[in-house]
Amino acid sequence: MAELTELVWIMTKIVAIVGPLILAVAYLTYAERRVIGAIQARNGPNRVGPMGLFQPFADVFKLLFKEVVLPANANRFLFLIAPLLSLMPALAAWAVMPFSEGLVLSDINAGLLYILAMTSLGVYGVIIAGWASNSKYAMLGAMRSAAQIVSYEIAMGFALVGVLMAAGSLNMSGIVQAQAGPIWNWFWLPLLPLFVVYWISGVAETNRAPFDVAEGESEIVAGFHVEYSGVAFAVFFLAEYANMILISGLAVVMFMGGWYSPFHGLPVLGPLFDWVPGIVWFVLKMTLFLYLYLAFRATFPRYRYDQIMRLGWKVLIPVTVVWLVVLALMIIAGLGPWFN
Amino acid sequence: MSAASDFVRTFFLTELLRGLKLTGRNLFKRKVTIQYPEEKAPQSPRFRGRHALRRYPNGEERCIACKLCEAVCPALAITIESEQREDGTRRTTRYDIDLFKCIYCGFCEESCPVDSIVETRVFEYHMEERGENIVNKQQLLAFGDDYEKQLAADRAMDAPYR
Repeated sequence: MAELTELVWIMTKIVAIVGPLILAVAYLTYAERRVIGAIQARNGPNRVGPMGLFQPFADVFKLLFKEVVLPANANRFLFLIAPLLSLMPALAAWAVMPFSEGLVLSDINAGLLYILAMTSLGVYGVIIAGWASNSKYAMLGAMRSAAQIVSYEIAMGFALVGVLMAAGSLNMSGIVQAQAGPIWNWFWLPLLPLFVVYWISGVAETNRAPFDVAEGESEIVAGFHVEYSGVAFAVFFLAEYANMILISGLAVVMFMGGWYSPFHGLPVLGPLFDWVPGIVWFVLKMTLFLYLYLAFRATFPRYRYDQIMRLGWKVLIPVTVVWLVVLALMIIAGLGPWFN
Repeated sequence: MSAASDFVRTFFLTELLRGLKLTGRNLFKRKVTIQYPEEKAPQSPRFRGRHALRRYPNGEERCIACKLCEAVCPALAITIESEQREDGTRRTTRYDIDLFKCIYCGFCEESCPVDSIVETRVFEYHMEERGENIVNKQQLLAFGDDYEKQLAADRAMDAPYR
């Protein structure tokens, strides 16, 4: 009986995380269309409901009612399992995300490793989708995407090694607690190059513009998910946006002081903002990063494929390695206010 | 030296930041979208929309069945048949325009010696049944009666240039 209530309690917590997350995905698509529209001097969707706020639901219902077309000679089982394989890690990684002090589904000590493991799994969904579609465009898209994700994972992993060194902990809450203090205490400042590398790799990991060669419209239609329609396509869409939110959330936890307010611990301003719950700061910071995703998409033209590989292997990885050495020196020197 | 400064520029992503600044400024620019059903773009008095046949102020139809419009029509959208009326004037018995064939070039209007066939400013219309795309003389005349005021005003405005 005790186990049963425990199980029900955990399920409730999972629903409490995944529900708002999916809602956030829905409204991220809306925000994307509105923001990019605004940048291009137009309005974006504004017809469905007040200010177009029901547009995501209209889109979801449209996709739900559409037929899932199975390509001829496609591997039926893999074709249908691939979207789930790409969505599952994007959602599972949220288990260790600390939303606020103590507000985390499972406070495991190897949280950072778990995150790396989960985000790496996402590439299987992409490869399997491309292969099972039995289409050359899907296959090419999957290959590009897989190569890109694997390359940038190394740079991203190295950048997170820096965080691990600075925080001295693999526990996500521990990493945030190591950044306790006002905005200049957070890790983005001592780890600035790693922060930039992490963010660039994060954008590349999620296959978003300007690294969206995997689905480059002008080259290979939609990449690995050309053959998908209806609900199966919607799940891929969900996975992509859930991944964007995840990467933004991770950036907040690793570099932007998680749930701490930017004035935390200051003499006058600190207590003034103490009443704001930590999760509000967390979400606010995450919104900033999500906006960056949208602004990047509206601003930068797509990278050429060889340039992507060059940037990943020959620029980002050396930068991280050099900065890891610098970071080690900073830690040995006990440079304040971070490492004393 | 330029290689070094290039390296610095690349490394600190200055050009990317400049791009983001530009789009960031654009974010708050006034939007140019016209919210169509509520707002409409201004129309020229020479706008070429759906066709109409006009009448003289005394109610007599203008068309004298000269068939110039039928001859000039590049899409062959106009079909005219005519015969003599009791008072000795020649009038059309049939004046059909196929709105699907019509390319709205306005040649019929230009060729008309009596300003009878004209194109109105109406561009929002639709058909619900097969065959509704072919409008006959009665429909064209009725349409002209409905819009006569605007048609006359537009023609007057254009008169100095004709």
